[in-house]
Amino acid sequence: MIAFLIYKLILCVVVFAISLGIAAYSTLWERKLSALLQDRVGPDRAGPFGLLQPLADGGKMFFKEEIIPNVSNRFLFVLGPSLVMLTALMTGAVIPWTKDIYVNGHLYSMQITDINIGVLYLFGVVSVGVYGIMIGGWASNNKYALLGAIRASSQMISYEIAMGIAVIALIITSGGTLSLREIVEQQDAGLANIVWQPLGFIIFFVCALAETNRAPFDLPECEAELVGGYHTEYSSMKLGLFLFAEYINMFISSAVMSAFYFGGYNFPFAHELYDALGLHDGSKWIAIIGFGAYFTKIAIFISVFMWIRWTLPRFRYDQLMKLGWRVLLPLSLLNLAITVVVEFIRGNITF
Amino acid sequence: MLGYTITQWLFGILSFLSIMFALMVVFSRNPVNSVLYLVLTFFCIAGHYLLLNAQFLAVVHIVVYAGAIMVLFLFIIMLMNLNEDTEPQRTWITKIIAGIAGGMLLFVLVGSLKGTEQLGLASYGSSQIGLVKNLGKVLFSEFLFPFEIASVLLLAALVGAIMIGKKEIK
Repeated sequence: MIAFLIYKLILCVVVFAISLGIAAYSTLWERKLSALLQDRVGPDRAGPFGLLQPLADGGKMFFKEEIIPNVSNRFLFVLGPSLVMLTALMTGAVIPWTKDIYVNGHLYSMQITDINIGVLYLFGVVSVGVYGIMIGGWASNNKYALLGAIRASSQMISYEIAMGIAVIALIITSGGTLSLREIVEQQDAGLANIVWQPLGFIIFFVCALAETNRAPFDLPECEAELVGGYHTEYSSMKLGLFLFAEYINMFISSAVMSAFYFGGYNFPFAHELYDALGLHDGSKWIAIIGFGAYFTKIAIFISVFMWIRWTLPRFRYDQLMKLGWRVLLPLSLLNLAITVVVEFIRGNITF
Repeated sequence: MLGYTITQWLFGILSFLSIMFALMVVFSRNPVNSVLYLVLTFFCIAGHYLLLNAQFLAVVHIVVYAGAIMVLFLFIIMLMNLNEDTEPQRTWITKIIAGIAGGMLLFVLVGSLKGTEQLGLASYGSSQIGLVKNLGKVLFSEFLFPFEIASVLLLAALVGAIMIGKKEIK
């Protein structure tokens, strides 16, 4: 019992550290990538190739003066960014990071918890994440912040629907399981889900962009109209939490997309490779190779997120709503109908 | 621990919290705080579902009520900018009448509950009905008709909301 608790605790700390580390270095990578796209050099002063830049940025955030507006609701003002950060970190709990490892005859799963409603858990946490932004924006007692918060929450609610229906189609394809682990394992045996769900993936990807408030869906913090959006009044590390949570969300949604549509820690010809290397199930090398494959996919997704941000201009608000309700929602319903027919022909659904 | 199991402790704590938050919904002066307390109440109720081994219901409860419906509530209240200053002052007559009416309702509720038979504690833990697979099977076989009727009801509400929301009907 104690050993189990320690192992889970270590796993939690590792996932926590990885989420924060990836988020920190995503900020650097974002600046480097934008520099590349705009033919600049990007940050290169702090350490070799600017590798210490995230530390410098973090330090700067901590040492800045913290301002809480007099007219704001102090408790809710602090609660807002904390809630955003909390929900961003909570999502990592159900993601299967790599294959199980045998140590001294015990099987250790590399997933904090494998609940049988993992997909719904993700949706639950994401939908609660809206409160952080809304509370923060309202408690600032500032018109721009309130408008930003309302934009953010209406955007997130609108895109959650299309995303949910896209995921229903995915769940039908992967044999009706809601556990992320089973979804990934099932792609080990067959093809990756992207083969059966190309349209579903595109819908999910667009919705993920909107849910993480990334460009071209970054209307909540649209600086041309709303000064800074929901975090206008925030300074110091509380602003840092808002910005940082966005990067963690990006990391987690990349991880979820890789798990849902690209097989997570599986990759083509994995078994042939393991056989050639003479590795058996439960070996730590398989886990490490799988982890590497998973993080390569995640890195590619994060880069695509950034590439899109530095390429596309921002939507207008009415265009955003039209895209969500009149394009993505009908498309996702169509995708669901097609999926049911295809799966019936494949013989995965019986009546 | 004091002769109670962990489940009983959790049940006690959760019940205390849900009743406390539910009371705070009514007592807080600021409508935004009321909504936030209501969200906390929903979380406590989701906790009760978890104790009953109904994980699906718990998560759906959070996604639908806390994640969607209450966000819209919060939305409207934030946009209307309600606060203590704009709240209408009530005279003592309204307060007395409200007190009497509320007391009567409590009286009726207590009376009706007293008449019902005490149901035995459901043996949680062993029950698997709350899991998605079992729930789905029951909903789509035994309770198919009520389930479909409920969806028609939702559809009617949807159409009604759109009709009210439209500025002009062509």
